[in-house]
Amino acid sequence: MSDFVAATQALTIAEDWLTPLRERGRSCWQAWSLPTRKTEAWKYTSLSSVLKPDYRFDVSAPSNDVDAQWKIDDLDANVMVFVDGVFSARLSELDERELSVCRFSEADATQQALIESELNAHIDLEQQGFAALNTQTLGEGVLVHVAAAAQPDKALHIVWVSSSPEQATYCSARVLVVVESGAQAQVIEHYVGSPSAEVLTNSVTELVLRDNARLTYYRLHEEAGAANHIGGVHAVLGRAAHLDSFFLTFGSDLKRLDIVVHHRGEGGESYINGVYLPREKQHIDVHTSIEHAVPHCNSNETFRGIVADSARAVFNGRIHIHRDAQKTEAYLSNKNLLTSNKAEVDTKPELEIYADDVRCAHGATVAQLDKEAVHYLKTRGVSQEEALVMLSFGFINELFTDLSIPAVGNYARPKLAALFARESDLTRHLL
Amino acid sequence: MLTIDSLNAEVEDKAILKGLSLEVKPGEVHAIMGPNGAGKSTLGHVLSGREGYEVTGGRVDFHGKDLLDLETEERAREGLFLAFQYPVEIPGVSNMEFLKAAVDAVREHRGLEALDAVNFMKKAREACKAVNLKQDFLKRGVNEGFSGGEKKRNEIMQMMLLEPSLAILDETDSGLDIDALQVVADGVNALRSPERSFIVVTHYQRLLNYIEPDYVHVLADGRIVKSGDKSLALELEEKGYAWLEDEVNG
Repeated sequence: MSDFVAATQALTIAEDWLTPLRERGRSCWQAWSLPTRKTEAWKYTSLSSVLKPDYRFDVSAPSNDVDAQWKIDDLDANVMVFVDGVFSARLSELDERELSVCRFSEADATQQALIESELNAHIDLEQQGFAALNTQTLGEGVLVHVAAAAQPDKALHIVWVSSSPEQATYCSARVLVVVESGAQAQVIEHYVGSPSAEVLTNSVTELVLRDNARLTYYRLHEEAGAANHIGGVHAVLGRAAHLDSFFLTFGSDLKRLDIVVHHRGEGGESYINGVYLPREKQHIDVHTSIEHAVPHCNSNETFRGIVADSARAVFNGRIHIHRDAQKTEAYLSNKNLLTSNKAEVDTKPELEIYADDVRCAHGATVAQLDKEAVHYLKTRGVSQEEALVMLSFGFINELFTDLSIPAVGNYARPKLAALFARESDLTRHLL
Repeated sequence: MLTIDSLNAEVEDKAILKGLSLEVKPGEVHAIMGPNGAGKSTLGHVLSGREGYEVTGGRVDFHGKDLLDLETEERAREGLFLAFQYPVEIPGVSNMEFLKAAVDAVREHRGLEALDAVNFMKKAREACKAVNLKQDFLKRGVNEGFSGGEKKRNEIMQMMLLEPSLAILDETDSGLDIDALQVVADGVNALRSPERSFIVVTHYQRLLNYIEPDYVHVLADGRIVKSGDKSLALELEEKGYAWLEDEVNG
């Protein structure tokens, strides 16, 4: 791992208006101690297999060698596609008149000022080493700035694709969404990769919701194989802001996702839902942290996982209710299904409550498929194999039925069904 | 159709069925009554092949096949249907998906062509209407959030779509109000035919006012201790089960 650090230290800092940000990222990254097994937040996730020294860091031209699909049918969206972190105009479908979206490299003076003031504003770079490294290696980024009271017609679909380069590649992905007062937006961030891609993506997404703003943020991780990911999503909600977020994570060798939601204005409401589905020897680690700093906010968090084969999942759900955050309602549910004796999940709710007039409930379960339900299906003539697929699918599908962008559910369902069935015949009743 | 010969079964090493014998011919409706703990529900579970119910003796012939040798799903495909006393909730799988999977499996086994989506939907809607459930129950998760009565009606709907040759109703009447009881009975009566048989397991005589049985059996301590026609049910209702136990033991 120290070789990886040395390799990043040798990188030159690109020179443009973002240079001061990158410099700060570098100093925080260099001062940061890499986590070890003794670091509580990384107790179950070792980085030694992904922090290798031989990554290619300097991707400048987009590769055309892309073997991946990301189109979401029936989704009315502007699509921005990045290949190995580099924007591909050829693969993107962006309405020229869409003013709420720009890349950092094309930002005008006003947009630059916004980026400079908001980027990392709610991230403690000294504690978040990978966000610091992301900032140091900041190449292209996406700014979504929805003007006050605006309601863009289309969703924004941001796709980060890993190609199949000959050399393992390190990529950084950066998204800043600022939804001004009373505005609404829908953003789908989507990670896909060629099956043979060997890549480490380090992503940071910041979601800033001003007073009365509404944001739907869906994040889909479809990278497989050795397309690994360390990512952070940091949301800040103003007064009466509403965040509806969903995280779908398929497995690869290693994925780590940190989701932090700050309630900073009264009357805010957040939904943080998701599923993780590691199999074979894959590893998915999801850490969430909901910070209630002010009174009268609601947070609702539901995560479910199905862990198959000898895969491992880690879920850590922290709820932190500060002393002044009276009348908070915070709910957290994490249910896990193990479909093999070798599968493992480590789930931990973590509550820190300093206010006395709050409602807070949490629960975590780990179980195997319900034998009674399997029997019930079989008494109707359904085979054991199909019953297992249907029940696995149902366990996850429950969370997809209420998505506010149904096109995403329709996109994901066949992939979910296929994941649980080795024979397509077993999914024919689910699509 | 179904011949049960000296069936013995255990649950957790405790003998529940102790030499139960029963013969059901095509088109017949048999009611099985009995006190709590007599083994009424166990009979349904054993016949459906539920895990944890161990057969320790006897045999069961169903359409000339050794029923106990078949997997649960094979029994269903051969025409056995069990309406559960406590139907299971399966959130995330819609009733429609579940019914289509079941109907396809059963039809395939019987050498019938699979119903296309349109035809299946039509049949499902009809069955749904027949048991007086709103159409949106087809889209909801299997039994998810259904009331007790709705669950029982959903069982009858499944039975209508699967067209079994032998249906076992395990205390389907328990917890039902009169209206729901009527719906369940209508569903059963509509399916009565010279080829189709029913075993109606119940604690109360009430259901038999609506579904008229050809035979009534009393199950006590794991075996059938008395058989008769429908008048036996009325007698039981009047006198309770205690007199019978005395008669048998005496």
